[in-house]
Amino acid sequence: MDVLLQQILNGLILGSLYALVALGYTMVYGILELINFAHGEIVMLGAMVSVTVLGVLAGLGVPVPLALLAALAGAVAVCVATGVLVERVAYRPLRNAPRLAPLITAIGVSIVLQNLAMIVWGRQYLSFPPVLDIEIYEVAGATVTNVQIFIVAVAGIVMAGLLLLVQRTRLGRAMRATAQNREVAGLMGVDVNRVIAATFAVGSALAAVAGLLIAAYYGIAHYNMGFILGLKAFSAAVLGGIGNIPGALLGGLLLGVIESLGAGYIGDLTGGFLGSHYQDIFAFFILILVLVFRPSGLLGERVADRA
Amino acid sequence: MRSKLLIAIMLGAACWAASAAEAVKIGCVAPLTGPQAHLGKDIENGARLAVDAINATKPTLDGKPVQFELQVEDDQADPKTATVVAQKLVDEGAKGVIGHLNSGASIPASRIYSDNGVPQVSPASTAVAYTHQGFKTTFRLMANDSQQGKALGQYATKLGKRVAVVDDRTAYGQGLIDEVAKAVKAAGGEVVGREYTTDKSTDFTAILTSIKAKRPDVVVFGGMDPQAAPMVRQMRTLGMKTPFLGGDGMQSAEFLKLAGSAAEGAIGSSPGLPLEKMPGGADFTKRFNERFGKVQIYAPFSHDSAVVLIQAILRAGSAEPAKYLPELVKTQVHGVIGPIAFDDKGDLKDGPVTLYQVKGARWEPVETIGGPGAK
Repeated sequence: MDVLLQQILNGLILGSLYALVALGYTMVYGILELINFAHGEIVMLGAMVSVTVLGVLAGLGVPVPLALLAALAGAVAVCVATGVLVERVAYRPLRNAPRLAPLITAIGVSIVLQNLAMIVWGRQYLSFPPVLDIEIYEVAGATVTNVQIFIVAVAGIVMAGLLLLVQRTRLGRAMRATAQNREVAGLMGVDVNRVIAATFAVGSALAAVAGLLIAAYYGIAHYNMGFILGLKAFSAAVLGGIGNIPGALLGGLLLGVIESLGAGYIGDLTGGFLGSHYQDIFAFFILILVLVFRPSGLLGERVADRA
Repeated sequence: MRSKLLIAIMLGAACWAASAAEAVKIGCVAPLTGPQAHLGKDIENGARLAVDAINATKPTLDGKPVQFELQVEDDQADPKTATVVAQKLVDEGAKGVIGHLNSGASIPASRIYSDNGVPQVSPASTAVAYTHQGFKTTFRLMANDSQQGKALGQYATKLGKRVAVVDDRTAYGQGLIDEVAKAVKAAGGEVVGREYTTDKSTDFTAILTSIKAKRPDVVVFGGMDPQAAPMVRQMRTLGMKTPFLGGDGMQSAEFLKLAGSAAEGAIGSSPGLPLEKMPGGADFTKRFNERFGKVQIYAPFSHDSAVVLIQAILRAGSAEPAKYLPELVKTQVHGVIGPIAFDDKGDLKDGPVTLYQVKGARWEPVETIGGPGAK
């Protein structure tokens, strides 16, 4: 077995999940310069809703592909509704407030969503219904499963779609304009509120997809799962250059691979002095290095402070 | 006026003497509300069965007839509530306490019992720390986590000499795995890899890949089912067919649900004997079923806790804790769960640990390590 190859593969799969979530952070930051800490909770909602819908449909004997699509549709609907509602209720009234206020609100929203999920689904772990038959393939001494290939494929397609949306459509142009300068975009006839709501909707839809994939991959969902995931994805976004969409992709993949290699080799490299529970040291050490030498992230552009 | 009062007092005293039996209060604490309420009720019922059986034999204390009375309290599986009800029992004159269920409740409550000299026998708490605080009043009838780790390590070494271990860095997981590692070495095995995770992780592919590279015969995990389930799933998707072992944190119905088909073949340990293997199991089950219905887990242990406490009182001829505590320490009883004796910490000597394996999506007992069967 090729350990290095396997670790890189592990990292790429983990990383594509991080990247999907990181996109949500980066899009909102790009437009509002707001770190939407509630985004991890939206992913959690996506996972919980898709597991619930899938459980009900699988129990009724609905064919698996159809049930998966319905679970995805349900998760997207709930996540988009929640994302847009959160923007309308919690962030829009604070749009011109000092930057700290919406940040604190975001943390508050995150706690509210977590507790709501706890009330709805309880404290126990939900298990992903066993509808996927896992097949294992051997590739050059490493193993991959059909579920993993599916995850990377879906993540790739969704991200390509997002790039097309931002670069090639009217809405995308409006988003980029709003990101550059909200007032001027408004003066040019862009409905800024609608564009921001659409950004939250798109980010939340991505979160729903990520939630479904994460639940399918790990087989469990829990009301508390969004928090750490959100932190990691946020770090990935910062690593790649927050506000930059290809940056989120790169940051996510890179963080996944670094974490995986870190956990796999830190014990051997330090002669057992540091165990694999220090895996995050690698990730954050590299994050700090990048930020010291490139404060705006790997692909981020240096923008003059808007005074 | 004064004579009337005197007569009243004398009458009262006469009545008291005529009502014969002196009452000795024994406390029984467990969570009787909340998600563990069924387990708490199990403890209460087991103790009640023992107390009623002993009362029916018309016991005497120092020549005078005595009746034991169970005072049941609810600690809600909560450390704070546990200390409140512990204080209440002490204040209301309980001479001994059966309980609590959770280690997290037993430990804070044990200080209050110790300060007041009241002996405490827990039928369920397994954290090593409970009996290792230096208190003379703490006892338990269940194998502790260190005895469990030892049993797991011995069993793992039987399956293969090359053992890889993973722990979740909690007091429970780390403590269990430390004991497993010691037992593996003592049994001539080798710990080929030690990896760590947290009690919040869900991705173990990186550590599992590096474990796989070390070609272990067995993987032992110290932690709870929310980690154990995805871990065993990820092992199987990495193409690892290595046996997967864990402690009572994963020997649960929840693990079967979360791990699905990947759970098949996994081995989990749990302190105590399975009910049908207990020396007094068949008779106990019959008596218990007639009165209360199905045994959950702890009823035989709380039954024997009551027996051990009351027999110590009867042997000492006094219900005063200071007088009967030395007798409790010297306990040699054949209980429902098997022979009962305490070591110098108050732990059950040779506490048995049973290993269960998942077969057909159920936990089936495969072997018991320690206890009366092992010589």
